[in-house]
Amino acid sequence: MKIRAIHWFKYSSPQNFYFLAGRLWPWFAVLAAVLMAVGLWISFFVAPTDAQQGQGYRIIFVHVPASQMSMFIYMVMAAWAGLGLAFNTRLSGMMASALAPTGALFAFLSLITGALWGKPMWGAWWVWDARLTSELILLFLYLGFLALQSSIDDPRRADKACAVLALVGVVNVPIIYFSVKWWNTLHQGASVSLTSAPSMASTMLTGMLVMVVAFWMYSIAAALARVRCIILERERHTEWVKHAVE
Amino acid sequence: MMAFTFKPLGLASVMLAVLRREVSLAMRQKGEVLTPLVFFVVIASLFPLGIGPESALLLRMAPGVLWVSALLAAMLSLQRLFATDYADGSLEQMALSPTPLGLLVAAKALSHFLLSGLPLVLMAPVLGLQFGLDSQALKILMISLLLGTPTLSLIGSIGAALTLGVRGAGVLLSLLILPLYIPVLIFGAGAVEADAAGLGASGHLSLLAALLVLSLFFAPLATTAALRISLE
Repeated sequence: MKIRAIHWFKYSSPQNFYFLAGRLWPWFAVLAAVLMAVGLWISFFVAPTDAQQGQGYRIIFVHVPASQMSMFIYMVMAAWAGLGLAFNTRLSGMMASALAPTGALFAFLSLITGALWGKPMWGAWWVWDARLTSELILLFLYLGFLALQSSIDDPRRADKACAVLALVGVVNVPIIYFSVKWWNTLHQGASVSLTSAPSMASTMLTGMLVMVVAFWMYSIAAALARVRCIILERERHTEWVKHAVE
Repeated sequence: MMAFTFKPLGLASVMLAVLRREVSLAMRQKGEVLTPLVFFVVIASLFPLGIGPESALLLRMAPGVLWVSALLAAMLSLQRLFATDYADGSLEQMALSPTPLGLLVAAKALSHFLLSGLPLVLMAPVLGLQFGLDSQALKILMISLLLGTPTLSLIGSIGAALTLGVRGAGVLLSLLILPLYIPVLIFGAGAVEADAAGLGASGHLSLLAALLVLSLFFAPLATTAALRISLE
């Protein structure tokens, strides 16, 4: 019996990954652009007007995928960070720092779109709802990660310190979420919640799913493109980079 | 030839030695202990000036205001938790010593609590009186601070270790640590409010104790990892 060994660790070298990422990211970018065009078309022209919320609800096609991605990217970032600490691989830290700005962007986008949705629906730009508050704290965690990254000059040390921070953060995210949730019920804050919204029409659901996949593709493409820049920056003293950029 | 044989110290006595060292160092510079305390009093006194002297409003806000002030005051002295030991090299000696670094770190966090958390616990009732809290609320406030401030010191030690020898460490430390303090703040201030609302504070206090146990176990691990990275 012949088993073909797969060299999983081949792409853990920044040099190999640089070229792999270079081949992959345009595909993800094209997919993201196409899916986003389709998703936006469905959400603006195909999906019916909501009986209760009118046209204003359409922002959830951006809002829901953005908040999902912001939470998911933090988990992925922490996973890369953990890998980096466990195996001492350089690429893991680079991936974590490539993901952080995208995650922060989505957290910000989700807060902005949430505010834009909340004004016509709830009558307020901001309510201290459990979800909103924990999303805001998630943005703070991203900002802390980015700030720590940028204030340590040695990139290896920055990666490791940020890895510890990301792991501490990921342990804390559920604790923060539940504490904010219980705090909210004690204070009797917003009485309107997303969970009580009526069930969605199937075209709305399709549009949402397409947008979710589009945001996934965008995140992957952005992370790969960014990690290529990080690799070039950190490996600039090596011979292969000199050849690669020529 | 003389053989160097060291009798290994027990873990408890090592921790006690670290504690004694921290306390005696702090006693030689009393300002370091007093500054956070004064800061706490000043911050808590600023709120009525900003909000107005209405006693009903102040009573309503007191637990939150006192807890936020305590949080900021406890953070004020965090930066020095490892910085002086890092500067004079004794932190490296601790990292090299046969005693697990996690235990030494836990002892340092405990000393931080004794020197900056405990004074806040003792000062809080005085400030609470100014806000018009009754004796039952003051009792709950003190218990919640007593359970919460050690957690603040433990979580804070992670941040202090991460920002060791880093540019702009002070501001960075607050950016990293304050979001992680939120659960402690919620349950700490919530305990007093729940008691005032007639719900009983035991639920919140139990959660505070749970956070303390959790951070007592995990925070020294994370701090140790962060210190080893900083000392590389």
